[in-house]
Amino acid sequence: MFLRTAFLVLKKDFAIELRSYEILSTTMLFAVSCVGIFSFAFVREGEAPMDAAAGILWIAIAFAGTLALGRTFERERYGETLKALLMVPAPRPAIYVGKLLGILALLFTTELLVTPMVAFFFHARFFSQSLRLVALLGLGTIGYAAVGTLFAAMLIRARTRDVLLPILLYPVTIPVIIAGVRGTAALMESPADLPIANLWIAMLGFFDVVFITLSLWMFEPLMTE
Amino acid sequence: MKADFDRVELADVSRHFGRRRAVSHVSLTINRGDIVGLLGPNGAGKSTLIGMLATLVAPSSGSITYGGTKVAETGAAIRGRIGILAHELHLYPELTARQNLEFFARMYGLPVNGTVDHALERADLTDRDRDQVLGFSRGMRQRLALERSLLHNPRLVLLDEPFTGLDDRAVRLVADRFRTLAAEGAIVVLATHDLDLADGLITRMAVIRNGRLLLDTPARGGTRQQYRALMERA
Repeated sequence: MFLRTAFLVLKKDFAIELRSYEILSTTMLFAVSCVGIFSFAFVREGEAPMDAAAGILWIAIAFAGTLALGRTFERERYGETLKALLMVPAPRPAIYVGKLLGILALLFTTELLVTPMVAFFFHARFFSQSLRLVALLGLGTIGYAAVGTLFAAMLIRARTRDVLLPILLYPVTIPVIIAGVRGTAALMESPADLPIANLWIAMLGFFDVVFITLSLWMFEPLMTE
Repeated sequence: MKADFDRVELADVSRHFGRRRAVSHVSLTINRGDIVGLLGPNGAGKSTLIGMLATLVAPSSGSITYGGTKVAETGAAIRGRIGILAHELHLYPELTARQNLEFFARMYGLPVNGTVDHALERADLTDRDRDQVLGFSRGMRQRLALERSLLHNPRLVLLDEPFTGLDDRAVRLVADRFRTLAAEGAIVVLATHDLDLADGLITRMAVIRNGRLLLDTPARGGTRQQYRALMERA
Protein backbone atom coordinates (compact mmCIF):
# COMPACT_ATOMS: atom_id res chain seq x y z
CA MET A 1 0.00 0.00 0.00
CA PHE A 2 2.83 2.37 0.95
CA LEU A 3 4.87 1.90 -2.22
CA ARG A 4 1.76 1.77 -4.40
CA THR A 5 0.57 5.13 -3.05
CA ALA A 6 4.02 6.69 -3.51
CA PHE A 7 4.17 5.36 -7.08
CA LEU A 8 0.68 6.72 -7.88
CA VAL A 9 1.65 10.19 -6.60
CA LEU A 10 4.83 10.07 -8.70
CA LYS A 11 2.92 8.91 -11.77
CA LYS A 12 0.37 11.68 -11.32
CA ASP A 13 3.13 14.32 -11.04
CA PHE A 14 4.68 12.97 -14.24
CA ALA A 15 1.33 13.09 -16.04
CA ILE A 16 0.91 16.75 -15.04
CA GLU A 17 4.50 17.63 -15.99
CA LEU A 18 4.15 15.94 -19.37
CA ARG A 19 1.26 18.29 -20.16
CA SER A 20 3.38 21.43 -19.78
CA TYR A 21 7.05 20.65 -19.03
CA GLU A 22 6.71 23.78 -16.90
CA ILE A 23 8.82 22.77 -13.93
CA LEU A 24 11.43 20.82 -15.90
CA SER A 25 11.99 23.66 -18.36
CA THR A 26 12.17 26.42 -15.72
CA THR A 27 14.44 24.36 -13.45
CA MET A 28 16.80 23.51 -16.29
CA LEU A 29 16.84 27.05 -17.65
CA PHE A 30 17.57 28.40 -14.19
CA ALA A 31 20.42 25.93 -13.61
CA VAL A 32 21.92 26.58 -17.05
CA SER A 33 21.69 30.37 -16.54
CA CYS A 34 23.37 29.99 -13.18
CA VAL A 35 26.30 28.07 -14.68
CA GLY A 36 26.48 30.53 -17.59
CA ILE A 37 26.67 33.57 -15.29
CA PHE A 38 29.35 31.97 -13.12
CA SER A 39 31.41 31.05 -16.18
CA PHE A 40 31.28 34.67 -17.41
CA ALA A 41 32.29 35.86 -13.94
CA PHE A 42 35.14 33.45 -13.19
CA VAL A 43 36.64 32.16 -16.43
CA ARG A 44 39.33 34.52 -17.73
CA GLU A 45 41.07 33.82 -21.05
CA GLY A 46 40.01 30.19 -20.88
CA GLU A 47 41.44 29.71 -17.36
CA ALA A 48 39.04 28.72 -14.57
CA PRO A 49 39.95 29.07 -10.89
CA MET A 50 40.88 25.83 -9.11
CA ASP A 51 38.03 24.13 -7.24
CA ALA A 52 35.42 26.68 -8.41
CA ALA A 53 33.65 24.06 -10.54
CA ALA A 54 32.63 21.94 -7.55
CA GLY A 55 31.05 24.88 -5.75
CA ILE A 56 29.30 26.17 -8.87
CA LEU A 57 27.87 22.74 -9.70
CA TRP A 58 26.35 22.39 -6.23
CA ILE A 59 25.09 25.99 -6.11
CA ALA A 60 23.33 25.45 -9.45
CA ILE A 61 21.74 22.23 -8.15
CA ALA A 62 20.68 23.77 -4.84
CA PHE A 63 19.16 26.91 -6.39
CA ALA A 64 17.40 24.98 -9.15
CA GLY A 65 16.18 22.52 -6.53
CA THR A 66 14.59 25.30 -4.50
CA LEU A 67 12.75 26.49 -7.58
CA ALA A 68 11.53 22.96 -8.39
CA LEU A 69 10.38 22.36 -4.80
CA GLY A 70 8.36 25.57 -4.73
CA ARG A 71 6.67 24.95 -8.08
CA THR A 72 5.88 21.29 -7.38
CA PHE A 73 3.99 22.12 -4.22
CA GLU A 74 2.35 25.17 -5.78
CA ARG A 75 0.44 22.64 -7.90
CA GLU A 76 -0.85 20.90 -4.78
CA ARG A 77 -1.81 24.25 -3.25
CA TYR A 78 -3.91 25.51 -6.16
CA GLY A 79 -6.89 23.23 -5.63
CA GLU A 80 -5.87 22.25 -2.10
CA THR A 81 -5.18 18.82 -3.58
CA LEU A 82 -2.67 18.04 -0.85
CA LYS A 83 -5.65 17.83 1.51
CA ALA A 84 -7.30 15.32 -0.82
CA LEU A 85 -4.10 13.27 -0.82
CA LEU A 86 -3.96 13.39 2.97
CA MET A 87 -7.53 12.02 3.11
CA VAL A 88 -6.59 8.85 1.24
CA PRO A 89 -6.61 5.68 3.40
CA ALA A 90 -2.88 5.13 2.99
CA PRO A 91 0.05 5.96 5.25
CA ARG A 92 0.58 9.71 4.89
CA PRO A 93 4.39 9.39 4.63
CA ALA A 94 3.77 7.55 1.32
CA ILE A 95 2.61 10.87 -0.13
CA TYR A 96 5.88 12.43 1.04
CA VAL A 97 7.85 9.65 -0.66
CA GLY A 98 5.88 10.08 -3.90
CA LYS A 99 6.55 13.82 -3.97
CA LEU A 100 10.23 13.25 -3.07
CA LEU A 101 10.67 10.79 -5.97
CA GLY A 102 9.19 13.36 -8.36
CA ILE A 103 11.58 16.09 -7.17
CA LEU A 104 14.51 13.67 -7.43
CA ALA A 105 13.60 12.76 -11.01
CA LEU A 106 13.53 16.47 -11.89
CA LEU A 107 16.85 17.21 -10.22
CA PHE A 108 18.63 14.18 -11.67
CA THR A 109 17.46 15.22 -15.15
CA THR A 110 18.77 18.74 -14.49
CA GLU A 111 22.11 17.32 -13.30
CA LEU A 112 22.43 15.33 -16.53
CA LEU A 113 22.55 18.67 -18.35
CA VAL A 114 24.37 20.85 -15.85
CA THR A 115 27.26 18.54 -14.87
CA PRO A 116 28.76 18.26 -18.40
CA MET A 117 28.22 22.02 -18.80
CA VAL A 118 30.24 22.82 -15.69
CA ALA A 119 32.91 20.31 -16.71
CA PHE A 120 33.17 21.99 -20.12
CA PHE A 121 33.19 25.64 -19.03
CA PHE A 122 35.48 25.14 -16.02
CA HIS A 123 37.70 22.38 -17.47
CA ALA A 124 36.76 20.22 -14.50
CA ARG A 125 37.93 16.61 -14.36
CA PHE A 126 34.58 15.38 -13.06
CA PHE A 127 34.43 12.25 -15.13
CA SER A 128 37.77 10.69 -14.21
CA GLN A 129 35.90 8.96 -11.37
CA SER A 130 32.41 8.71 -12.86
CA LEU A 131 30.98 6.22 -10.36
CA ARG A 132 32.07 8.28 -7.38
CA LEU A 133 30.70 11.41 -9.02
CA VAL A 134 27.34 9.66 -9.52
CA ALA A 135 27.38 8.56 -5.87
CA LEU A 136 28.14 12.11 -4.67
CA LEU A 137 25.50 13.71 -6.86
CA GLY A 138 22.93 11.01 -6.11
CA LEU A 139 23.35 10.97 -2.35
CA GLY A 140 23.71 14.76 -2.11
CA THR A 141 20.58 15.35 -4.16
CA ILE A 142 18.61 12.83 -2.09
CA GLY A 143 19.62 14.55 1.17
CA TYR A 144 18.82 18.00 -0.16
CA ALA A 145 15.49 16.96 -1.67
CA ALA A 146 14.47 14.95 1.42
CA VAL A 147 14.59 18.05 3.62
CA GLY A 148 13.30 20.32 0.87
CA THR A 149 10.23 18.17 0.19
CA LEU A 150 9.30 18.19 3.88
CA PHE A 151 9.73 21.96 4.21
CA ALA A 152 7.89 22.72 0.96
CA ALA A 153 4.93 20.58 2.11
CA MET A 154 5.00 22.19 5.54
CA LEU A 155 4.98 25.72 4.07
CA ILE A 156 2.18 25.08 1.58
CA ARG A 157 -0.27 27.17 3.62
CA ALA A 158 2.22 29.93 4.51
CA ARG A 159 1.67 33.21 2.67
CA THR A 160 5.42 33.92 2.52
CA ARG A 161 6.37 30.36 1.52
CA ASP A 162 8.61 31.52 -1.38
CA VAL A 163 10.78 33.49 1.04
CA LEU A 164 10.58 31.03 3.91
CA LEU A 165 11.59 27.94 1.92
CA PRO A 166 15.21 28.98 1.21
CA ILE A 167 15.53 30.59 4.66
CA LEU A 168 14.63 27.28 6.31
CA LEU A 169 16.16 24.94 3.76
CA TYR A 170 19.68 26.29 3.25
CA PRO A 171 20.85 26.32 6.88
CA VAL A 172 19.63 22.74 7.42
CA THR A 173 21.13 21.41 4.20
CA ILE A 174 24.49 23.18 4.54
CA PRO A 175 26.17 19.92 5.69
CA VAL A 176 24.93 18.20 2.52
CA ILE A 177 26.14 21.01 0.27
CA ILE A 178 29.55 21.14 2.01
CA ALA A 179 29.96 17.36 1.75
CA GLY A 180 28.97 17.50 -1.93
CA VAL A 181 31.38 20.35 -2.72
CA ARG A 182 34.32 18.87 -0.81
CA GLY A 183 33.73 15.41 -2.23
CA THR A 184 33.49 16.72 -5.80
CA ALA A 185 36.60 18.89 -5.29
CA ALA A 186 38.50 15.81 -4.09
CA LEU A 187 37.57 14.01 -7.31
CA MET A 188 38.87 16.94 -9.39
CA GLU A 189 42.36 16.84 -7.91
CA SER A 190 45.17 15.36 -9.98
CA PRO A 191 45.34 12.54 -9.06
CA ALA A 192 41.87 12.27 -7.49
CA ASP A 193 41.94 12.13 -3.67
CA LEU A 194 39.87 8.96 -3.39
CA PRO A 195 40.02 8.40 0.40
CA ILE A 196 38.67 11.92 0.99
CA ALA A 197 36.02 11.51 -1.71
CA ASN A 198 34.94 8.20 -0.15
CA LEU A 199 34.73 9.84 3.26
CA TRP A 200 32.37 12.53 1.94
CA ILE A 201 30.31 9.91 0.12
CA ALA A 202 29.91 8.04 3.40
CA MET A 203 28.98 11.29 5.16
CA LEU A 204 26.32 11.99 2.55
CA GLY A 205 24.92 8.49 3.03
CA PHE A 206 24.71 9.16 6.76
CA PHE A 207 22.96 12.51 6.21
CA ASP A 208 20.46 10.84 3.86
CA VAL A 209 19.53 8.20 6.42
CA VAL A 210 19.05 10.85 9.13
CA PHE A 211 17.10 13.29 6.94
CA ILE A 212 14.81 10.68 5.38
CA THR A 213 14.08 9.02 8.73
CA LEU A 214 13.25 12.35 10.36
CA SER A 215 11.13 13.47 7.41
CA LEU A 216 9.08 10.25 7.35
CA TRP A 217 8.54 10.53 11.09
CA MET A 218 7.59 14.23 11.02
CA PHE A 219 5.48 14.39 7.85
CA GLU A 220 2.14 13.31 9.33
CA PRO A 221 2.24 15.52 12.46
CA LEU A 222 3.37 18.50 10.37
CA MET A 223 0.58 17.99 7.84
CA THR A 224 -2.19 17.83 10.45
CA GLU A 225 -3.12 21.42 11.31
CA MET B 1 -8.12 -2.78 8.57
CA LYS B 2 -11.73 -2.17 7.54
CA ALA B 3 -13.22 0.69 9.51
CA ASP B 4 -16.89 1.55 9.50
CA PHE B 5 -19.15 3.41 11.87
CA ASP B 6 -22.75 4.41 12.30
CA ARG B 7 -22.31 7.66 14.21
CA VAL B 8 -19.82 10.43 14.78
CA GLU B 9 -19.49 12.03 18.18
CA LEU B 10 -17.83 15.29 19.03
CA ALA B 11 -17.28 15.64 22.77
CA ASP B 12 -16.39 19.10 24.07
CA VAL B 13 -14.23 19.78 21.02
CA SER B 14 -12.24 23.01 20.82
CA ARG B 15 -9.69 24.27 18.36
CA HIS B 16 -7.53 27.33 18.85
CA PHE B 17 -5.16 28.90 16.32
CA GLY B 18 -2.78 30.83 18.54
CA ARG B 19 -5.02 33.10 20.58
CA ARG B 20 -7.90 32.85 18.14
CA ARG B 21 -10.68 30.52 19.15
CA ALA B 22 -12.05 28.88 15.98
CA VAL B 23 -14.20 26.21 17.65
CA SER B 24 -15.10 26.21 21.31
CA HIS B 25 -16.51 23.34 23.39
CA VAL B 26 -18.70 21.82 20.69
CA SER B 27 -20.51 18.59 21.53
CA LEU B 28 -22.57 16.93 18.83
CA THR B 29 -23.62 13.42 17.83
CA ILE B 30 -24.49 12.68 14.20
CA ASN B 31 -26.09 9.39 13.18
CA ARG B 32 -26.51 7.42 9.97
CA GLY B 33 -29.20 8.89 7.78
CA ASP B 34 -28.79 12.41 9.17
CA ILE B 35 -28.28 15.36 6.88
CA VAL B 36 -26.97 17.96 9.28
CA GLY B 37 -27.01 21.56 8.10
CA LEU B 38 -24.04 23.33 9.65
CA LEU B 39 -25.16 26.93 9.55
CA GLY B 40 -23.56 30.14 10.72
CA PRO B 41 -22.08 33.45 9.56
CA ASN B 42 -18.66 33.81 7.91
CA GLY B 43 -15.83 32.89 10.28
CA ALA B 44 -18.17 31.03 12.63
CA GLY B 45 -15.94 27.94 12.64
CA LYS B 46 -17.85 25.73 10.19
CA SER B 47 -14.85 24.96 7.96
CA THR B 48 -12.63 24.25 10.98
CA LEU B 49 -15.26 21.86 12.31
CA ILE B 50 -15.43 20.12 8.93
CA GLY B 51 -11.61 19.97 8.84
CA MET B 52 -11.61 18.31 12.27
CA LEU B 53 -14.27 15.78 11.20
CA ALA B 54 -12.13 15.06 8.13
CA THR B 55 -9.07 14.33 10.35
CA LEU B 56 -7.19 17.17 8.67
CA VAL B 57 -7.31 19.47 11.70
CA ALA B 58 -6.48 18.13 15.15
CA PRO B 59 -8.67 19.35 18.04
CA SER B 60 -6.87 21.41 20.70
CA SER B 61 -9.04 19.67 23.31
CA GLY B 62 -11.99 17.29 23.42
CA SER B 63 -12.38 14.21 21.27
CA ILE B 64 -13.95 13.06 18.02
CA THR B 65 -14.94 9.42 17.74
CA TYR B 66 -16.22 7.48 14.75
CA GLY B 67 -18.51 4.73 16.01
CA GLY B 68 -16.80 5.01 19.39
CA THR B 69 -13.29 4.75 17.93
CA LYS B 70 -10.73 7.54 17.78
CA VAL B 71 -8.74 8.16 14.57
CA ALA B 72 -5.47 7.31 16.33
CA GLU B 73 -6.84 3.81 17.05
CA THR B 74 -7.89 2.97 13.48
CA GLY B 75 -5.06 4.65 11.59
CA ALA B 76 -5.50 5.38 7.93
CA ALA B 77 -8.49 3.03 7.46
CA ILE B 78 -11.03 5.49 8.90
CA ARG B 79 -10.12 8.04 6.21
CA GLY B 80 -11.33 5.57 3.59
CA ARG B 81 -14.84 6.05 4.99
CA ILE B 82 -14.79 9.85 4.86
CA GLY B 83 -15.47 11.95 1.77
CA ILE B 84 -14.98 15.69 1.67
CA LEU B 85 -16.00 18.37 -0.79
CA ALA B 86 -14.39 21.58 0.43
CA HIS B 87 -14.55 25.10 -0.91
CA GLU B 88 -11.38 24.37 -2.90
CA LEU B 89 -12.24 21.51 -5.19
CA HIS B 90 -9.33 19.07 -4.74
CA LEU B 91 -8.89 18.62 -8.49
CA TYR B 92 -5.80 18.88 -10.69
CA PRO B 93 -6.70 21.41 -13.40
CA GLU B 94 -3.91 20.21 -15.72
CA LEU B 95 -5.38 16.70 -15.82
CA THR B 96 -8.53 15.61 -17.63
CA ALA B 97 -11.74 14.77 -15.78
CA ARG B 98 -11.06 11.08 -16.37
CA GLN B 99 -7.42 11.28 -15.22
CA ASN B 100 -8.50 13.05 -12.01
CA LEU B 101 -11.07 10.38 -11.20
CA GLU B 102 -8.77 7.51 -12.19
CA PHE B 103 -6.01 8.86 -9.98
CA PHE B 104 -8.22 9.14 -6.91
CA ALA B 105 -9.93 5.80 -7.61
CA ARG B 106 -6.50 4.11 -7.61
CA MET B 107 -5.47 5.99 -4.47
CA TYR B 108 -8.55 4.55 -2.73
CA GLY B 109 -7.80 1.10 -4.10
CA LEU B 110 -10.98 1.03 -6.20
CA PRO B 111 -11.38 -0.72 -9.56
CA VAL B 112 -11.00 1.97 -12.20
CA ASN B 113 -13.22 0.31 -14.78
CA GLY B 114 -16.84 1.03 -14.03
CA THR B 115 -16.20 3.30 -11.03
CA VAL B 116 -14.86 6.16 -13.12
CA ASP B 117 -17.39 5.80 -15.95
CA HIS B 118 -20.22 5.76 -13.44
CA ALA B 119 -18.87 8.87 -11.69
CA LEU B 120 -18.48 10.71 -15.00
CA GLU B 121 -22.04 9.79 -15.89
CA ARG B 122 -23.34 11.11 -12.57
CA ALA B 123 -21.37 14.33 -13.06
CA ASP B 124 -22.89 14.61 -16.55
CA LEU B 125 -19.38 14.88 -17.99
CA THR B 126 -19.10 11.69 -20.04
CA ASP B 127 -18.68 13.62 -23.28
CA ARG B 128 -16.01 15.91 -21.74
CA ASP B 129 -14.02 13.18 -19.98
CA ARG B 130 -10.87 13.74 -22.09
CA ASP B 131 -10.87 17.52 -21.55
CA GLN B 132 -8.59 19.23 -19.07
CA VAL B 133 -10.39 20.45 -15.96
CA LEU B 134 -8.68 23.80 -16.61
CA GLY B 135 -11.26 24.54 -19.31
CA PHE B 136 -14.32 23.61 -17.24
CA SER B 137 -16.83 26.08 -15.84
CA ARG B 138 -17.18 26.39 -12.06
CA GLY B 139 -20.35 24.31 -12.15
CA MET B 140 -18.71 21.50 -14.13
CA ARG B 141 -15.75 21.47 -11.75
CA GLN B 142 -18.11 21.42 -8.79
CA ARG B 143 -19.98 18.40 -10.17
CA LEU B 144 -16.73 16.59 -10.90
CA ALA B 145 -15.37 17.43 -7.43
CA LEU B 146 -18.53 16.09 -5.82
CA GLU B 147 -18.22 12.78 -7.67
CA ARG B 148 -14.52 12.63 -6.81
CA SER B 149 -15.38 13.00 -3.13
CA LEU B 150 -18.01 10.24 -3.36
CA LEU B 151 -16.00 7.77 -5.47
CA HIS B 152 -15.28 5.47 -2.52
CA ASN B 153 -18.85 5.48 -1.21
CA PRO B 154 -17.97 7.19 2.09
CA ARG B 155 -19.95 6.75 5.30
CA LEU B 156 -19.29 10.33 6.41
CA VAL B 157 -19.85 12.93 3.68
CA LEU B 158 -18.54 16.40 4.51
CA LEU B 159 -19.70 19.19 2.23
CA ASP B 160 -18.59 22.80 2.42
CA GLU B 161 -20.81 24.98 0.22
CA PRO B 162 -21.53 22.18 -2.29
CA PHE B 163 -23.98 24.22 -4.38
CA THR B 164 -21.49 26.92 -5.42
CA GLY B 165 -21.63 27.55 -9.17
CA LEU B 166 -24.35 25.00 -9.91
CA ASP B 167 -27.33 25.86 -12.09
CA ASP B 168 -30.88 25.21 -10.97
CA ARG B 169 -31.12 21.74 -12.50
CA ALA B 170 -27.76 20.66 -11.09
CA VAL B 171 -28.76 21.95 -7.63
CA ARG B 172 -31.86 19.76 -7.69
CA LEU B 173 -29.88 16.72 -8.87
CA VAL B 174 -27.19 17.23 -6.24
CA ALA B 175 -29.75 17.76 -3.46
CA ASP B 176 -31.47 14.52 -4.51
CA ARG B 177 -28.09 12.81 -4.46
CA PHE B 178 -27.57 13.87 -0.84
CA ARG B 179 -31.01 12.58 0.11
CA THR B 180 -30.24 9.23 -1.54
CA LEU B 181 -26.86 9.01 0.23
CA ALA B 182 -28.51 9.64 3.60
CA ALA B 183 -31.28 7.13 2.82
CA GLU B 184 -28.57 4.56 2.04
CA GLY B 185 -27.00 5.13 5.45
CA ALA B 186 -24.48 7.90 4.95
CA ILE B 187 -23.91 10.64 7.51
CA VAL B 188 -24.08 13.93 5.64
CA VAL B 189 -22.75 17.18 7.10
CA LEU B 190 -23.47 20.20 4.96
CA ALA B 191 -22.04 23.66 5.67
CA THR B 192 -23.88 26.33 3.73
CA HIS B 193 -25.03 29.92 3.74
CA ASP B 194 -27.90 29.12 1.39
CA LEU B 195 -30.71 28.67 3.87
CA ASP B 196 -33.39 28.29 1.19
CA LEU B 197 -31.54 25.33 -0.30
CA ALA B 198 -30.92 23.88 3.14
CA ASP B 199 -34.63 24.07 3.89
CA GLY B 200 -36.27 20.81 2.89
CA LEU B 201 -32.92 19.07 2.50
CA ILE B 202 -31.43 18.97 5.97
CA THR B 203 -32.89 16.78 8.66
CA ARG B 204 -31.04 18.52 11.46
CA MET B 205 -29.89 22.06 11.92
CA ALA B 206 -26.73 22.92 13.88
CA VAL B 207 -26.07 26.64 14.20
CA ILE B 208 -22.58 27.77 15.08
CA ARG B 209 -21.35 31.28 15.85
CA ASN B 210 -17.95 32.45 17.13
CA GLY B 211 -16.98 28.80 17.38
CA ARG B 212 -19.82 27.94 19.75
CA LEU B 213 -22.74 25.64 18.97
CA LEU B 214 -25.85 27.75 19.55
CA LEU B 215 -28.49 25.28 18.43
CA ASP B 216 -28.81 21.62 17.50
CA THR B 217 -32.37 20.72 16.60
CA PRO B 218 -34.35 18.64 14.08
CA ALA B 219 -35.16 20.68 10.98
CA ARG B 220 -38.87 21.23 10.48
CA GLY B 221 -38.88 23.84 7.73
CA GLY B 222 -38.68 27.58 8.21
CA THR B 223 -34.89 27.36 8.51
CA ARG B 224 -34.32 30.98 7.49
CA GLN B 225 -36.76 32.39 10.07
CA GLN B 226 -35.38 30.17 12.80
CA TYR B 227 -31.80 31.11 11.92
CA ARG B 228 -32.55 34.86 11.81
CA ALA B 229 -34.36 34.80 15.12
CA LEU B 230 -31.45 32.97 16.70
CA MET B 231 -28.85 35.37 15.29
CA GLU B 232 -30.81 38.38 16.53
CA ARG B 233 -31.05 36.90 20.02
CA ALA B 234 -27.37 35.84 20.18
